[in-house]
Amino acid sequence: MANQLYLSSSPHFSSGESTDRLMRQVIYALLPAAAVSVYMFGLPALVTLLICTLASIGFEAVCQKLMGRPRTLGDGSAALTGILLALNLPASSPWWMSLIGAFVAIVIAKQIYGGLGYNPFNPALVARVVLLISFPVQMTRWTAPAPLSLSFDSVTSATPLGQAKEAVMLHGALPADLAAGFGDFFLGRMGGSLGEVSALALLLGGLYLIWKKVITWHTPVSYLATVVVFSGIFWLVDGTRYPDPLFHLLTGGLLLGAFFMATDMVTTPVTPRGMLVFGVGCGLLTVLIRLFGGYPEGVSFAILLMNAATPLIDRYTQPKKFGFVPEKA
Amino acid sequence: MQLKTFPGGLHPPDNKQWSAHKPIEDCPLPEELIVPLGQHIGAPAVPCVAVGDLVKRGQVIGEAKGFVSVPVHAPTSGEVIAVEDRPHPMGRDLPAVVIRADGEDAWGDLPAPLDIAAATIDELRQRILSCGIVGMGGATFPAHVKLSPPDEKPIDTLILNGVECEPFLTADHRLMLEESERILSGIAVLQKILGVRQTFIGIEANKPDAIELLSRACADLSVEVTPLEVKYPQGAEKQLILACVDREVPSGGLPMDVGVVVQNVGTCAAIADAVLRGIPLIERIATISGPALVEPKNLRVRIGTPLRKLVEVCGGTRVEPAKIIMGGPMMGMTQLSLEVPAIRGTSGLLLFTADQVSTRPEGPCIRCGRCVRACPAHILPTTIAAYARLDLFEEAEAYNALDCIECGCCTYSCPAALPLVQSIRYAKNAILAKRRKV
Repeated sequence: MANQLYLSSSPHFSSGESTDRLMRQVIYALLPAAAVSVYMFGLPALVTLLICTLASIGFEAVCQKLMGRPRTLGDGSAALTGILLALNLPASSPWWMSLIGAFVAIVIAKQIYGGLGYNPFNPALVARVVLLISFPVQMTRWTAPAPLSLSFDSVTSATPLGQAKEAVMLHGALPADLAAGFGDFFLGRMGGSLGEVSALALLLGGLYLIWKKVITWHTPVSYLATVVVFSGIFWLVDGTRYPDPLFHLLTGGLLLGAFFMATDMVTTPVTPRGMLVFGVGCGLLTVLIRLFGGYPEGVSFAILLMNAATPLIDRYTQPKKFGFVPEKA
Repeated sequence: MQLKTFPGGLHPPDNKQWSAHKPIEDCPLPEELIVPLGQHIGAPAVPCVAVGDLVKRGQVIGEAKGFVSVPVHAPTSGEVIAVEDRPHPMGRDLPAVVIRADGEDAWGDLPAPLDIAAATIDELRQRILSCGIVGMGGATFPAHVKLSPPDEKPIDTLILNGVECEPFLTADHRLMLEESERILSGIAVLQKILGVRQTFIGIEANKPDAIELLSRACADLSVEVTPLEVKYPQGAEKQLILACVDREVPSGGLPMDVGVVVQNVGTCAAIADAVLRGIPLIERIATISGPALVEPKNLRVRIGTPLRKLVEVCGGTRVEPAKIIMGGPMMGMTQLSLEVPAIRGTSGLLLFTADQVSTRPEGPCIRCGRCVRACPAHILPTTIAAYARLDLFEEAEAYNALDCIECGCCTYSCPAALPLVQSIRYAKNAILAKRRKV
């Protein structure tokens, strides 16, 4: 019997939680948003989703083979990156752009750094920003929502954020009918990248993740609250130039970013206090870029910039150790 | 009502249903008892019997050596057949006295019972020492040392630890239900020695019957039963103190630094036996459980009984066990065989089947922060473990590796199956070894 006994040091039990289960849960949580995108933008959206996902898995496999790393496709992280990337692209993305995006995300932003767990920046966001800077025309050709369209010939439209930015730049004031679209924004009837259009679907997914304890409330709540408060201050100062907080919440990639990108475990702080700092930082940067930056949207840049600050945040937000006694004065 | 607790920790499935309702049974005497001389933290006892000696139950067979040490007693009457190194639950061979039981189980001369009111504090303390009482929660720290705080550390609070937060274990639970009067007598002894102002019994809320029974029994005494949130490691000394009296033991310090002494309820009952009946610590209650076992039980076990005997008494195994654990699943030690003896710190014996043995491959840390949120010491397990794996011990120390209480919450919660607490333990040993050298 003795040679069949396992010896190990305590604990002898584990929660059964696993990396691939966590990744799967996030993928499930993204399904409503993906489904809405296919409903709103039709076949092109589905194609973009498929190319990004399959290409990401493919690039991961090739990299692991070439680099002699263990094959870990089963952990689901490559598939998740692919889905997140697709949700960050316009529905009309040409196939080669999806392919380049997957390459940048998996090969350059992830595997070159050492693979899962070692990448400092969110791979999907790196890819999105690289594409945005390299192919600005294709990346800002937004498809107007046309439910259940099978056609690849789509009508283009601006995003609400883009419209707002343009109006302020050209006329010095926001369009008058801004609030009219809130119902559409909530359900997803607006132009934008695949995954950012339906606030409802993103909220469902985000709450699912919190309910399943995959993520904690810290990052999304601090991120969204900061955006509401900070943008609210500008709105109160001059409501004709600065959109109201609800507009900020419902448009652009804010909800996608707050629930799915800023909560990416690998690239964000590990401590609860660090997550709060991270969320606040993302919120401030997002509002600043949206209101004063050259781009209408600031979520990707905000999160990537905060990714860079993550090691620093972790260092300065260490929990107060048990039994820590401050020096008595 | 919001139950008291500490920040951090987690709640593994408690699996206590297998034995929680089983009354304590006496485990029959084995033919041979292997009594290790080191069954406590501190210097092992020195043997004072030789092969061929006839010993009586309760007779001293090993004498205490030094302040942090206690004597060891014969668990039954019989003949000493060996004084030699034998396999010890700690994982290596250590000195032990082996006794062949004569079946008489005849008592030797026991010290006279003491009257709590009449005895001096020194007499009580001396009795606790001479009866070999150690902390029975598993740490086996000699009780008399805890009960001898220096004058500059006044103690005003006594906390009885009836938490039993380890999954599967129900020995303390049964003790509190069936033998509460022993605990209450022990409390009287402890109160007299320490001169405390207040006394608490901390019990996790998953033992409502014990909470109710002790609350009723303590109604007339100045003892407060404190129901605690079901959370591991609620029974860790410092976490228990924080929950009961909201005092935080300083890092590197001891409970006495905040005026508290904590004793396990089993220790308290043993103290009562020593003082009121002169009986040394030669038996204890242990939970024998686990999915590989036919019938889980709570047994009153003579120290020195080979584990194989305990398994037999519980009907043997259903399937071949793949893992044997002495203690609880979170902090217990795996055993190489069932031939090692039960010792004073044996709170449980658990047999697990192959499908319960986790052999998931380690993955990379995905920085999910679960270990950080679960850590009751509020340190960063993943960071310390990463440094430990690189042998960067100074960095590990700077991240408070020494504050780790080794509860295992980090490893338990890690989705990447990283052996976090094991790495931190490795770093702690290296840091302490270096300190000793300097």
